[in-house]
Amino acid sequence: MAMKAGKMGFWLGAILAALLATGTARAQVEIEYWQYTFAQRVQAIDELIKRFEAANPGIKVKHTHVPYDDFRVKIAAAIPAGQGPDVVQLFYGWLQDYLKAGLLQPLPASDFSAVEIEREFFPIVQQMKVDGKYYAVPTAVRSLALFWNKALFKEAGLDPNRPPATLDELVDYASKLTKRSPNGDLLQEGLTIDMGGQDHHWLREVLIRQYGGVPYSADKKSVAYNTDAGVAATQWYIDLVSKQKVGQIGFLTDGVTAFRSGKAGMTIDGSFRLGALDNQKGLDYGVAELPARNNIKSNFASYWVNGITTKATGAKLDASVKFLRFLTTPEAMELWLTTVGELPARRSVAEKDANKNHVKYGPFIRGLSYSYATDFVNESAQRKVMMDMVDKVVLKNMPTKQAVAEAAVEEQKLLDGFYKK
Amino acid sequence: MIRRLEDMTLGQRRAIWAWGFLALPVVFYVSIRFYPTLEAFRASFTNWNIVGRMEYIGVANYVRLAHDPAFWKVIGNTFTYLGLGVPISMLLSFVIAYHLDRVRFGHGLLRALYFIPHLTTAVAMAWVWRWFYQPPPIGAFNVWLTTLGFGQMPFLRSTTQALPAVLAPAIWAGIGFQIVIFLAGLKAIPRTYYEAAAIDGAGAWRVLFEVTLPLLRPTIVFLVVTSSIAYLRIFDYVYAMTNGQGGPLDTTKPLVLKIFETAFTHFEMGYAATQTIVLFVILLAISLLQLKLLRSR
Repeated sequence: MAMKAGKMGFWLGAILAALLATGTARAQVEIEYWQYTFAQRVQAIDELIKRFEAANPGIKVKHTHVPYDDFRVKIAAAIPAGQGPDVVQLFYGWLQDYLKAGLLQPLPASDFSAVEIEREFFPIVQQMKVDGKYYAVPTAVRSLALFWNKALFKEAGLDPNRPPATLDELVDYASKLTKRSPNGDLLQEGLTIDMGGQDHHWLREVLIRQYGGVPYSADKKSVAYNTDAGVAATQWYIDLVSKQKVGQIGFLTDGVTAFRSGKAGMTIDGSFRLGALDNQKGLDYGVAELPARNNIKSNFASYWVNGITTKATGAKLDASVKFLRFLTTPEAMELWLTTVGELPARRSVAEKDANKNHVKYGPFIRGLSYSYATDFVNESAQRKVMMDMVDKVVLKNMPTKQAVAEAAVEEQKLLDGFYKK
Repeated sequence: MIRRLEDMTLGQRRAIWAWGFLALPVVFYVSIRFYPTLEAFRASFTNWNIVGRMEYIGVANYVRLAHDPAFWKVIGNTFTYLGLGVPISMLLSFVIAYHLDRVRFGHGLLRALYFIPHLTTAVAMAWVWRWFYQPPPIGAFNVWLTTLGFGQMPFLRSTTQALPAVLAPAIWAGIGFQIVIFLAGLKAIPRTYYEAAAIDGAGAWRVLFEVTLPLLRPTIVFLVVTSSIAYLRIFDYVYAMTNGQGGPLDTTKPLVLKIFETAFTHFEMGYAATQTIVLFVILLAISLLQLKLLRSR
């Protein structure tokens, strides 16, 4: 009996304490969320915070956005000083750097179980698992697709509702879409050629694989494209400029501008471009899965993730976990899709019929199921290696085989520099 | 110990007032300029990568720099910008100012027209020039070339033409300022020297070389030093005209762009600081040398 009363007292006390705790939490907990400044992302997070706060009256989320160029610097400076975000958005390729600097804490397995993440999310998300623990999860993922200009298709006598399905068809269509003046000056590109844009992803993760190669070794630490397949894929890409002449590097300054201004029949770009293209008056375009070769399909995916920083402890940690869980709900993903144009990271949401068969999102979502996310150690430096490789052949007449070999050496240096640290 | 204000001499009081007013800029310069500069010296001996701690690695960054072919390439480019930019801009601006000084009709308008590019945002101007350099039928320069019967030029897509093509708008924007300074210098030369020269029967060339140019020496020194510093630090035009790459194949990349890349795409702050120190030493050496050569004699 006495024991019973003691137990009861314990429970009463616990309930009281819990009530008190939520009572104070209700008045107090404020967490900070940081991302980089990008109009649609800011708008989406503002709306999500509004909904989250309505559902969780005890928690306030302060939203800070920082210009992209300063984003990493500010976070790196703030967190060790006990300032800055509790929940932060980062690019998937930055995870290793963030972990080395001790900026992130592992997500509690009780709220983010590895089994659940691996069952629910696209497999590329597994890159966020380090030593069996997940450190970040995405709301959305992005992939590539082929954009085509329907009006220019009609003009060239092509069916405006039938995009090229194979690389051979791509070249054929691109030739028909290319227009030159009587003295040979390029007036309209068949396909944009822009290594500075998304083409380096297309070459690395799509073309090289379609030619039977792989871009990197299985342990991600070695460049693996300096092979016959890698050379053949690169040669095919360079031939678009030098043999088929369906495009020109730097035409109208870049591929996006050329396509937007109706001076390019086709371009390869990401789902994040949909918003800008939809705002372009008079541009009637379609989106298709990337062309296949020998029935091999491939795609490149990338994503931004949200993680919890080492700054968050106690009540703030609990609130951060709640907020992060909310950011990865199907509801948040649907909102992100319609506001930002990025694809839901949960398969069940992305592959809903309404999304999978959507005329514009659909091709990107279908591409996700066979996509690869490159383990970049320094994306802009690795992109530059690819740009230089193509320039060496196009401007300096270097044999493609040699240019690929030199690129492999250059990129290997970047990988070595990163993994030896 | 502290003397009251009334006990001080007028001179002492003045000094106190002067220091009082100077204190603000002094504090500003010490905290915003000198302290970070000293920090950069310190960072150049570390392997700081923005995140994480600074670890001292001695002169390893300097050794690495000396053996970095990419560094010597950008040093070469930087000195090409300097070697082409300073003489061309000085010559152009002097010739224009010299003649403008003689023009009465529309003098103010012409001067304003030459000065406007200097007031325009570099990035906006660089983008306009980028479009000028496009192949025909879009790029204005190539349209003119082909209309006049010449072949078209690749400009920014050439490993040899890209650097001068990037330099051209920088010179064009820079001479506006140089012309105005030259005009002021020319105006400051007393008429009596010219009258005396005319009485002695000196020709126009003789007047130019023996009166005008020697008396313009302070102006020339000022412009050579400031424009040298500007061309050694060229960045915005290159960044805007080559998508931030300094391409094709690094042929337009100046030292400052390499510093920017090292710091903000590779996040090697220590190594970037080392390059900044080298740039600082180059700027200091060149400025001192020019001052010594041009000022005395």
